[in-house]
Amino acid sequence: MQWLKSVAVAALGLGWIGSTGADAQGPIKIGEMNSYKSQPAFLEPYRRGWQMAIEEINAKGGVLGRQLEVISRDDNANPGDAVRVAEELVTREGVALISGTFLSHIGLAVTDFAKQKKVLFVAAEPLTDKITWENGNRYTFRLRTSTYMQVAMLMPDTLAAKKKRWALVYPNFEYGQSAVAAFKKLLKEKQPDAEFVTEQATPLGKVDAGAVVQALADAKPDGIFNVLFGTDLARFAREGNTRGIFKDRTVVSLLSGEPEYLDPLKEDTPEGWIVTGYPWDEIDTPAHKAFVAAYQKRWNDYPRLGSPVGYITMQSIAEAIKKAGSTDTEKMIAAFRGLKIDTSFGPIEYRKQDHQATMGAYVGKTTLKGGKGTMKDFRYVDGGSIQPADGEVAKMRPKEANE
Amino acid sequence: MTIDALLFQALNGLASASSLFLIGVGLSIIFGVSRIVNMAHGSLYMLGIYIAYSCATHIGGAFGFWGGIVISTLLVAAIGAMIEIVLLRRIYRAPELFQLLATFAVVLVVSDLTLWIWGNEDLLGPRAPGMTGAVEILGRRMPTYDIFMMFVGPAVLLVLYWLLARTRFGRLIRAATQDREMVGALGVDQARLFTLVFALGAGLAGLGGALQLPREPANLAIDLNLIGDAFVVVVVGGMGSITGAYLAALIIAEIKALCIALGAQTIFGVSFNFSRLTLVAEFLVMAVVLIVRPYGLMGRAQGLIRTLAIPEEPVRAADAMTKGLAGIVLAVLVVMPLASAYWPYATVLGIDMLIAALFATSLHFIKGPGGMHSFGHAAYFGLGAYGAGLAVKAGGLSTMPALLVVAPLAAFAGAALFGWFCVRLSGVYLAMLTLAFGQIVWSIVYQWETFTGGSNGVVGVWPQGLLADRSIYYWLVLALTVSGVMFLRTVIFAPFGLGLRAVRDNPLRAAAIGLDVRRIQWIAFILAGTVCGVAGGLYAFAKGSISPETIHVGRSIDGIVMVLLGGLQTVSGPVIGGPLFTLLQDTLIRQVSYWRAALGIVILIIVLVFPQGVVGSIAHWRQWLAERARRPA
Repeated sequence: MQWLKSVAVAALGLGWIGSTGADAQGPIKIGEMNSYKSQPAFLEPYRRGWQMAIEEINAKGGVLGRQLEVISRDDNANPGDAVRVAEELVTREGVALISGTFLSHIGLAVTDFAKQKKVLFVAAEPLTDKITWENGNRYTFRLRTSTYMQVAMLMPDTLAAKKKRWALVYPNFEYGQSAVAAFKKLLKEKQPDAEFVTEQATPLGKVDAGAVVQALADAKPDGIFNVLFGTDLARFAREGNTRGIFKDRTVVSLLSGEPEYLDPLKEDTPEGWIVTGYPWDEIDTPAHKAFVAAYQKRWNDYPRLGSPVGYITMQSIAEAIKKAGSTDTEKMIAAFRGLKIDTSFGPIEYRKQDHQATMGAYVGKTTLKGGKGTMKDFRYVDGGSIQPADGEVAKMRPKEANE
Repeated sequence: MTIDALLFQALNGLASASSLFLIGVGLSIIFGVSRIVNMAHGSLYMLGIYIAYSCATHIGGAFGFWGGIVISTLLVAAIGAMIEIVLLRRIYRAPELFQLLATFAVVLVVSDLTLWIWGNEDLLGPRAPGMTGAVEILGRRMPTYDIFMMFVGPAVLLVLYWLLARTRFGRLIRAATQDREMVGALGVDQARLFTLVFALGAGLAGLGGALQLPREPANLAIDLNLIGDAFVVVVVGGMGSITGAYLAALIIAEIKALCIALGAQTIFGVSFNFSRLTLVAEFLVMAVVLIVRPYGLMGRAQGLIRTLAIPEEPVRAADAMTKGLAGIVLAVLVVMPLASAYWPYATVLGIDMLIAALFATSLHFIKGPGGMHSFGHAAYFGLGAYGAGLAVKAGGLSTMPALLVVAPLAAFAGAALFGWFCVRLSGVYLAMLTLAFGQIVWSIVYQWETFTGGSNGVVGVWPQGLLADRSIYYWLVLALTVSGVMFLRTVIFAPFGLGLRAVRDNPLRAAAIGLDVRRIQWIAFILAGTVCGVAGGLYAFAKGSISPETIHVGRSIDGIVMVLLGGLQTVSGPVIGGPLFTLLQDTLIRQVSYWRAALGIVILIIVLVFPQGVVGSIAHWRQWLAERARRPA
């Protein structure tokens, strides 16, 4: 094996010589990867969001006097291919950092890749708590509100409804399971007499809505906690409406207020569900109005939640590089920790203690307006306000992740 | 739970059974006559629901909806006929199952075409005009449309039954299902019959899709979501039996409804959520049915299938030219990492291509020489990957023993267990039992959060020590791939391999000369699974993480595509097919935004230019040239 090692060392040496010349004053390359073909409903608006951000930043002269160039790849919705794509971006394209991913298992695989290869990774979308907690590492930062944060945001309204018997329905994979676990835990803490009368775990994308809806109703719950999204949500809402099971019941539903999932429902939009979401046409802060106007001008279409997420991802990266004054990985990590930026959602911060951004979400009630679903009585919940205590976070997150 | 609740769930099951029946019945008819494993059946169904959506929203009203169902049925039937005429008719003479490759390409093209035409948002159609409400039954509300659906399945069943039993067309279909060569010999225009059958099957898929419009949004995931269900219905019912297909749909739908009705229960102090079983219920049913009744519920033993394909040449040892070429390729592969400074991605992609070669070769071993078409080969890949990964993560082993001992052992155990059941079946029933086992393994891994990491999988299994270096890991992959491929190749040329092919070509005669048919097949199954486990282990450490995708049916189908691309009837086909597929996908995904369609079109071109797979066709042409040279001028 000795000769193998020396050959390898020689090869690495060649690689080092080869790479030093390439780092001239060209554009700063940012790697971006996502499951574009598999999740187009969320990711097309997301792509438009980050493209717009890059165009705006470059029009203002770029960062550190250099233009930003995003090299974007489809990860084929598969962690194995995603790791290959990440390696390609790093080794062949020589990107300064990688960003993106949507599905949780892919996000986790790339999180671990970042740790192994010591590359900065900005996870834009994946929701699993593990990215910042159990599997967190010093190279990974995450923008979007995690599963736990989404559930925690809904708690005040859930408690205010004062319902005792709860039925739970969720897609049968980690996202659904951990959302339900968080819901049970948080509800029991504040309302010890709460009961969970039935649990339906449905195959992702294949919910047998009629039977599931009936099973929920047969358990005679006062409230329903729903984690279904996408096509499952549409089927669930329609069957539930036709069979009249939402009447006189409180429904608390995760993500259902996001245009990606709410818009397809049209007339079937349920009235008065307590949801997290993004009522893009009703938010009247000046920053957000400016964002919507620019977005509509650029794309001739309205934003979905993916749009600001994509925009803020690139905005964060640009600000971090500016603060770091370099594209050195260690300097960028130092810059990201505690990075504060003003976004269309308001000010956000990348928390030092777990690398989670405090970008929040809107909590409100679904309603039908002019044949389209939207949200009413909503408020913005800052993502920093609903975190567990720092001590608890430190217990879940590996120590070396904060070194 | 009350009796009323259970009865009501049984009614829900009846409506679902109709949907399920409509998904499967068209596939059953197509397969019965043409023996084509039509992967595009789900795509046709998806087109049905999209076309119905467009009719219902653009024309609108009762005519738009009900007329739309007729229009989509007819349009999808026409599309099916076109696929048969333009594409499949050209490749009926290709080796068995090669048509699967063509229909797989159709899946890719249709998927991107649908995205291009209808956009990326889910499209929830209107409710059925005249059936928007619900009626009270057993104190619960049942949607009127569901009641309508309960009757649609049996109605379609009756019409088809009449068509098959009473019309000339139906008699021809039944005759062709039993012995299509004889039908041809009796002067029936086979080309026309095949086209009509394909149109009928496609039309039924279109009808099924269109009828689903009020119940689920048209979306781009339907094609792949459904294809598994369709095969289950066909096989559980028994090939070619439409009554069986309805019975199968009914049983599966009722079992699922029951699981949902039971929900979370505590039995003997152990709480179990039955609704989680709906993830895999159909495959559990299929495994049980096939073990108990090898030809499905209402199927009969298949007659001898004479394929239209050119018979396979006996395997020949590589000649000097092939050996020389292989030597050069190997030399290039060995020195490739030395150029990694200028070509850093070559080792990264090279690792994936080599692993694909080993995966495809192990699958080819049972498919080609073994004649057992596994649709669940990813199970052994995944067992190897999880075995190796968990041995490191939970067992604290180091990389090499995990890779060389645990990965093959885990796959060996799985292959020995599942193979024992599978070799008792043959043909498509065997294929579907492997699929069922594969999906069962997948669903266990997918849900066993505490041990396998559930849907997120296992992360942090990077190779340790020297192997952490990419180039050195590449050499390890190269060494193990070459050893694995050479090992299986040696077995093919050994007496055992001769016996295996004898068993494949004629089990009866093989048994008569004293070969233990099942034992030989079982050993072959185990060998292939074990080698595949090594490929899985290599994959786990190459990626640093493992997810349930490594076991999913999608990877099994990728494997079949790799084998068919290379050529089923050549020993070296998969060594080319695996890397070729990986390279094509990697290149197109980067260059083209509609990469699925591009990949589909490239595969279609390969299918038409190389009707025996790339290596198979090249070998065929070489032979043809040699014969021509020998002929006197």
